[in-house]
This record gives sequence, structure tokens and C-alpha cells, in this order.
Amino acid sequence: MHEISLAEGVLQIVEDTAKRENANRVKLVVLEIGRMSSVEPEAIKFCFEAVTHGSIAQGAALEIISVPGAGWCMLCAETVPMQERYGACPKCGSYQVQATGGTEMRVKEIEIE
Amino acid sequence: MCTVCGCGAGETKIEGEHQHTHVHEDGTVHTHTHDHGPDHDHARSHDHVHSGEHAHAHGDEHHHEHGVAGDLDYGTGPAGAHVPGMSQARMVQIEQDILAKNDTYAAANRQNFDERGIFALNLVSSPGSGKTTLLCKTIELLKDKVAISVVEGDQQTSNDAERIRATGVPALQINTGKGCHLDGHMVGHAIERLKPADDSLFLIENVGNLVCPAAFDLGEHHKVAILSVTEGEDKPLKYPDMFAAADVMLLNKVDLLPYLEFDADLAEANARRVNPNLTIFRLSATSGDGLSAWLDWIQAGLEAQRAKRSESVDTLKRRVAELERQLVAK
Repeated sequence: MHEISLAEGVLQIVEDTAKRENANRVKLVVLEIGRMSSVEPEAIKFCFEAVTHGSIAQGAALEIISVPGAGWCMLCAETVPMQERYGACPKCGSYQVQATGGTEMRVKEIEIE
Repeated sequence: MCTVCGCGAGETKIEGEHQHTHVHEDGTVHTHTHDHGPDHDHARSHDHVHSGEHAHAHGDEHHHEHGVAGDLDYGTGPAGAHVPGMSQARMVQIEQDILAKNDTYAAANRQNFDERGIFALNLVSSPGSGKTTLLCKTIELLKDKVAISVVEGDQQTSNDAERIRATGVPALQINTGKGCHLDGHMVGHAIERLKPADDSLFLIENVGNLVCPAAFDLGEHHKVAILSVTEGEDKPLKYPDMFAAADVMLLNKVDLLPYLEFDADLAEANARRVNPNLTIFRLSATSGDGLSAWLDWIQAGLEAQRAKRSESVDTLKRRVAELERQLVAK
């Protein structure tokens, strides 16, 4: 359950930003989570609710933008869509694909008032 | 990059307006345009369809049309709806990695190691792969040549640290309690407590877990994943994050191969499928088979760290000499 640590990381970023902006309340938190990152969106939703309890972000909605996976296929020498980190290139079937997108875990923006 | 929607470069751009495609969790793909004018009008032609329930508290200015079965129509969507002046609420761009804090601690640890010529390894595996036995054996064979300190991560007990201390090197146990991994902050404290010697070897035995420790940089130079032949050949495929994050894989307990139906070549092929750059050693901590190659690899790492350190010391000395010459010249 490392999603709880990640959710705490999110809360820390949100709290720091809210404090800096003199916010009274956080209404919405938008995350960008790559499909090939080590995060389960459902788990982080659950953990987010748990860790924000009693904080400035209590009751805030959580929106997760899922970023599709992409990789650089060394044989095709081009960027190809990827479903799984260890997946084969959809064009040539080789496994020499380096993930280039879809591994991010970021706090994109928050809505405050 | 567009900070309203996050769409990257290379997308179609129309002056004052631009178009991009969203792919949602449920696989829905849609393309819409929006306006980047000063009043930030948002085209009402797109639907945000979300899967599952979605608690979304907005001001009264918004008109949400709720569909059936938990679908939610945003109507204007956040980028266009939260216009300054229309509502007290406002969007704040952050664009920060969730793990940024951990990575900061890890970078500080790594710098600390590098400045002092210390070679640090983070040993990761599932419980029972033989990490502690392998560590004890490695320490016994290396402790006369190099100073070693060890961090042991476990949820509970200090059994492992006691096993390491029995070999005669300092060890610090970190109990993570409910936690499933070590993080950069914990290791920073461990460095303070252990005070590893210059040019020494710093070994971190992570919590036995093939999932979570993959995401947390501790400041080590290499993650070393240990897979034992009593596990399945497909473990690298089942837990790809860990084998992708590691630079080295140790295939442990190879002395048991004659008694098992484990295909070591297949295990290696699976691991390389996840991570083509993986360095693999087959060994047995119990019988000692294959240990010398692993020890040589550690020695090479230690030497590289020392060389890097003396190089930076030499650079500093040269700079001091240069500055002194300049002072004298004045």
C-alpha cells in the first residue's frame, strides 16, 4: 500500500500550495497519473480521502487524468503507444522499447477558495 | 506546454484557440477545442465522461448535467469554468511530481555518498529470497577489504540487524511499522546515525516487497533485485516495476536447481524483457557458487566511487592552487 505514502505526498504539495496562496479550502485536486506508473488510481482515491481527513483538503474532489503509455522502439526508431511497461512494440513485436510517457505521477493543479 | 489542459507540443494549434484530445480512464477519447482569449470562454461542445462516482463540489455558476449510472457531464469543464471574477474559487497550477519530496531527500543522500566516496546499494526482493543470508555472506567476504555499514528495513523486529551485527559490522534496523518500503528521509537519518566511513560500502536491505520499494529512490547508486530459484520464472513479468527499476538482478539459491523445475534461462529472459540493460549474476549464498563475480562487481563499484571522489578532490585542489596563484600575482 505505498499509495498511502503517495497520497501523503500529494497532501503535502497541496497544503504547501494552499498555504502559499492563502486559501481557506481546497475544492479540487487534479493528478496526472501515467498508465505505466506504479500507481493504482482506485487505491490512491481511497488513500487520498483517508489522508485529507481533518486537513485543508478535506472533502476535496480528486480528479485523475490518466496519461497513456508511450515508448521509443529502438528497432522502429519511433515513438509507439504502449499498454504495459514490459510490453512489446505494437508495430514490430520487439521488446526493445523504452518507456517515454505514461510513467508520470504529478499533482497538476488544485482549485482553492 | 498548455497549462490549461496540459496538452503537449506538436499538437494542432489554431491561433487563439486550440484543439486537443483527452483519453479518460474508461477509455473514452474525445477531442475538443478551447479558447485562450482573455475572457476564457470555453466551448460547450465537449463532454467529460468519468467512470465511477465522482464527488465534485463546484459553485452555483456551473451547470452539471448528470447522466445515468454514475456518469458525470462537466459541461464547461474546469479550465473554462473557473474564470477569475466568476467565482471566488481559482485554479492553481502546480505541475509537481508527487515523489518530489522523497527525491529531494534521495538526492541529498546520493550527494553525501558521492562526496565521501561511498558506494551504496539498495537490495530489494520479495520476503524469503535470501537477502539477509546473502548480505551476511557478502559482508564476511568483504569486511577485511572495506568498511561496511548496513541499514535493515523490516516492518517489525530487529532480527535482521542482529544477524548482520553478528558478522561484526555496524547495522541499523529501521522498523517501518505499517509502511511497506523505506524512503529517502529514513535513509538520511540512518546515514546520520551510522556515520559510514569514507570510501566504504553502504548496504540497504529494503523491506521484503516486490512492489512498493520500486518507486522510492533512497539515494543508492544501484537497486539490486534478488530473485530466488524457489520462486517462479515469471516473477519479473508479474512485478515489472521492480525489475525495471533495478540495475542488477541476483538469481539466488542456484544450488537448489537440481531439485527444482526452475528454468533459469527463462527467468533471465523474462527479466531482460522488462529491463534489457539488467546485469545478472547467478549465485548461491549458501554454497558460495557464483559469489566471486558479484563481489568483483561491488569492488569495481567501490573503485569507481573512490576515483570519482579523488577526481573531485583533485579538481578542488587545482582550483585552490589556481586561486592562490592569482592572489600572489595580485
